[in-house]
Amino acid sequence: MQQSNTYIIVFSAILTIVIGGLMSLTSVVLKPAQDKQVELDTKKKILGAVMDISEIEDPNEILAIYDQRISSTVVDIEGNEITQDDKGNALVAEKVNIQKNYKRSQEERFYPIFMFKNESGIVDAYIFPMFGAGLWDWISGYLAVDKDLNTIRGIAFDHKQETPGLGARITDEVVQNRYKGKKIFENGSLKSVTMVKGEGHSGLTDYQVDGMSGATMTAKGVNKMLEHYLACYTAYIDKVKSNNKLALN
Amino acid sequence: MSAEAIEVEEVKELVAEPAEPLLSKRRKRIVQDPLNEDNPITVQVLGICSALAVTVKMQPTLVMSIAVVFVIVFSNLIISLLRNLIPNRVRIIVQLAIVASLVTLVSEVLKAYSYDMYKVLGAYVGLIITNCIVMGRLEAFAMGNKPYDSILDGLGSGFGYAWIILTVAFFRELFGSGSIFDFKIFEAIGWTSFPTNGLMVDSIGAFMILGILIWIQRTRNGYVEH
Repeated sequence: MQQSNTYIIVFSAILTIVIGGLMSLTSVVLKPAQDKQVELDTKKKILGAVMDISEIEDPNEILAIYDQRISSTVVDIEGNEITQDDKGNALVAEKVNIQKNYKRSQEERFYPIFMFKNESGIVDAYIFPMFGAGLWDWISGYLAVDKDLNTIRGIAFDHKQETPGLGARITDEVVQNRYKGKKIFENGSLKSVTMVKGEGHSGLTDYQVDGMSGATMTAKGVNKMLEHYLACYTAYIDKVKSNNKLALN
Repeated sequence: MSAEAIEVEEVKELVAEPAEPLLSKRRKRIVQDPLNEDNPITVQVLGICSALAVTVKMQPTLVMSIAVVFVIVFSNLIISLLRNLIPNRVRIIVQLAIVASLVTLVSEVLKAYSYDMYKVLGAYVGLIITNCIVMGRLEAFAMGNKPYDSILDGLGSGFGYAWIILTVAFFRELFGSGSIFDFKIFEAIGWTSFPTNGLMVDSIGAFMILGILIWIQRTRNGYVEH
């Protein structure tokens, strides 16, 4: 009986249905909690690029700070603000999927930009999301630049599966702090900032960052990502700069 | 004194005759063997892949251990309950389906409630599916034993795996990052210039520590490769 083909087919069918049902149920039940985690994670990363939030434990507090301090916009490669996506729906910077946009051509992408306001509500820093390829899979980052749009305030990297202990160190605070105070523009033209090969260098310029030993390929990916995305943001940056100049005059 | 003790022992044995006690000698062996003499990693040399991959730091290793114990125990239980229903010709795929479901469950729960851990462990939780220890126990034990014994066997193998990878992680984090559970232990005792060892962060470090562990254990138990 147990060895008959009918029994095997029926048994497999029932097993498939039961397991399939349980799996879908898990997915549906856990989806809201997962979405919240992903949202919190994004906002943490955006805030983490400009300020130290490692001490704050309560997720709601982080969301509150975010709402209070961050405003956002979406621009195209020319630096013009866009308010609608391809289908005419309203664009929200937080909802723009950088990974999906990365696959589009540079000219067609939506570029979300986040502005960090100080206590009196004046824009104090700009945060630029970016995306690229690491050694094994994607890497992404949020680069925070001071209001002079040149000095790096901070950076927050993320990755899918860089090697733990080697490339995955881009998420370490120690490595990310190396970017602080570095510059991206030289005499008004974009130079970007490069992570050098090897670790423990001294006498680095304003455009160089000490590397990660054993993770040269990841560093290369990071450099490429920074250079590529900063070039895409340059039009917007120039626009803000000239606006600021006008305002000063 | 000693005569009394022996008598008490015998009485226990007699009482045990009709129904096997919850923790009889045989059952104790089921739990204890994989912890030491028949350890899945050091003696059977299974589950090496994840033992190397997740043991850079203590915390992810602990989460991984809990996940593996959960998966082994419950897959053992489920397969043992179904053992008389599972058609012999498709048993491997049935085992696989059950293990895969449990692993997916663990991964989804981690994603919902411990997103940071989910990101750190990433693919390795999914790879529990291919952890030879899990499939090995199902095929070798749960298919032919009662549910309760299978749970014990799962606990034994699970903890046998857990204590080895936690030991490896302890030394790797201690020498590789100078910390334990991200607590900078050397800085705390005032040794701020502790030179961290890059080799320990690499998989090579895990190989070396694992090798030393196997050496110590086999010497102690007098194990000889056949």
